[in-house]
Amino acid sequence: MLKRVHFPASLLPYLLVAPQVFITLVFFIWPASQAVYQSLLVQDAFGLSTEFVWFENFEYLWGNQQYRDTFGRTIFFSVAVAFLSMSFALILAGFADRVIRGSTVYRTLLIWPYAVAPVLAGALWLFMFNPTLGIIPFILDAFGRDWNHYLNGGEAMFLVIIAAAWKQVAYNFLFYLAAMQSIPRSIIEAAAIDGAGPVRRFVTVIFPLISPTTFFLLVVNAVYAFFETFGIIHAVTQGGPANATTTLVYKVYNDGFIGLDLGGSAAQSVILMILVIAMTVVQFRFIEKRVQY
Amino acid sequence: MVEKRPGFTIVAHIVLIFGVALVALPVWITFVGASHDGARMLQAPIPMWPGDQFFENLRQTFFGRGLDGSRTAPVWMMMFNSLVMAMMIAVGKIAISLLSAFAIVYFKFPFRMGFFWLIFITLMLPVEVRILPTFEVVADLGMLNSYWGLTVPLIASATATFMFRQVFLTIPDEMLESARIDGAGPMRFFWDILLPLSRTNIAALFVILFIYGWNQYLWPLLITTDPDMMTIVVSIKQMLEASEQTPQWNIIMMTALLAMVPPIFVVIAMQKLFVKGLTETDK
Repeated sequence: MLKRVHFPASLLPYLLVAPQVFITLVFFIWPASQAVYQSLLVQDAFGLSTEFVWFENFEYLWGNQQYRDTFGRTIFFSVAVAFLSMSFALILAGFADRVIRGSTVYRTLLIWPYAVAPVLAGALWLFMFNPTLGIIPFILDAFGRDWNHYLNGGEAMFLVIIAAAWKQVAYNFLFYLAAMQSIPRSIIEAAAIDGAGPVRRFVTVIFPLISPTTFFLLVVNAVYAFFETFGIIHAVTQGGPANATTTLVYKVYNDGFIGLDLGGSAAQSVILMILVIAMTVVQFRFIEKRVQY
Repeated sequence: MVEKRPGFTIVAHIVLIFGVALVALPVWITFVGASHDGARMLQAPIPMWPGDQFFENLRQTFFGRGLDGSRTAPVWMMMFNSLVMAMMIAVGKIAISLLSAFAIVYFKFPFRMGFFWLIFITLMLPVEVRILPTFEVVADLGMLNSYWGLTVPLIASATATFMFRQVFLTIPDEMLESARIDGAGPMRFFWDILLPLSRTNIAALFVILFIYGWNQYLWPLLITTDPDMMTIVVSIKQMLEASEQTPQWNIIMMTALLAMVPPIFVVIAMQKLFVKGLTETDK
């Protein structure tokens, strides 16, 4: 943590940490504590009076069917995004690990979606799925399937899941490929000598050995799907139709900025903070134990 | 490869090429969309092969007032805003994290660990969970619609501080000892020894943070109400909204393309640094 040899205490170290600490206090700690404080208040519709109500906002959320639905929907969304993009990336990484020539070329060709902003990923897929012009509804039409995500909640959900998963494939691919390439070749060769074919080796040797990476990616993907996909949902569906794609973060934004329900939005913020803290703890505990080959 | 199985290798290549094509498909469609005129982009089925209007669309999008019916600034202006925001976030984060990591690793002073934990906590407070109160702070400070409001609230960084702390801890103590024997003060040591030694880490982090800054969405959405301050990533949403009345998909797709190109270019051109930055900041 600290160097054995160090500089003596003076005013200097305080000056050095000052910018970071100042920004943290003003833009992180203070707003967060405001959120906690506001979550205990109820304001009337005109903003004239506020009343301290302890945990009433939380009780209200707890009993609110809409909020519980949003919670469940967010979890479904996250699991779907994580599963889809991780399995797609795993398959591609498995094959890329196998080819001798060109695995770096494939890596280059697969990692760039990382650089695409979520909202742009949303815009791209929105165009592909545009009910009147898009290529995919056009194909579906040939099979007699009518696509309109502006009306059908399930289809809207499918669209945002695809867009969110597409962007995350790059990240998962990169980590899976790195994990597979760090497995000692002798282990793979030993399995091959024992007569295990490529598929068998993948299932019984490679996949178990990279399970730490899988857990790590699960957490990262969950955090991504919870927080960073706001842009996709805001641009593509605005949480609709009929709240079918409203996630927790979108609801905080919507209730706070559009609905101006300060107490309710703050209470939701506090719940989200608790979730982030839990995820960070899981991530850190896990990374401590991350296996090195 | 362990055994010789040419058939299987061919299958592997086919699967990979299929995967690459699938991942690239949306961007191909965008590119094709940006290369036809507006009228062609209103007839289903949309073309799959590029047309000849690419440079005309580029000119119209880059210098024009954007889309009819949406209040957006010319795209070059929004790209400039995005560039300023991305640079300020990346440079700011790196600068303040270097300084605080230096203080925490190389000085022994009261409340050292207190400061460390304070910085650590920022990891648990992403902007999405404290949208409203942070917006209020920035509004009270009069920083709406300014580059400062866009960037300063985002530049505290626990991950960058941790990474530099990690880097500094691997630098041998003898460096400091010999520097002190030669009579170097703390800031001299920082400039002449620590900074050059962590140059690749700074570069790797810069790549990641540039992309992070360029792709910010929620924060600029709240802070910029003035079209002249809008960033290109946020403008896409405005254009999509306007597209419901007057769809000009060629312009929208061109804007999307222009918004994607800088960060994608950075990733591909600096792939090594990018991979290094990505794997190190997540540890």
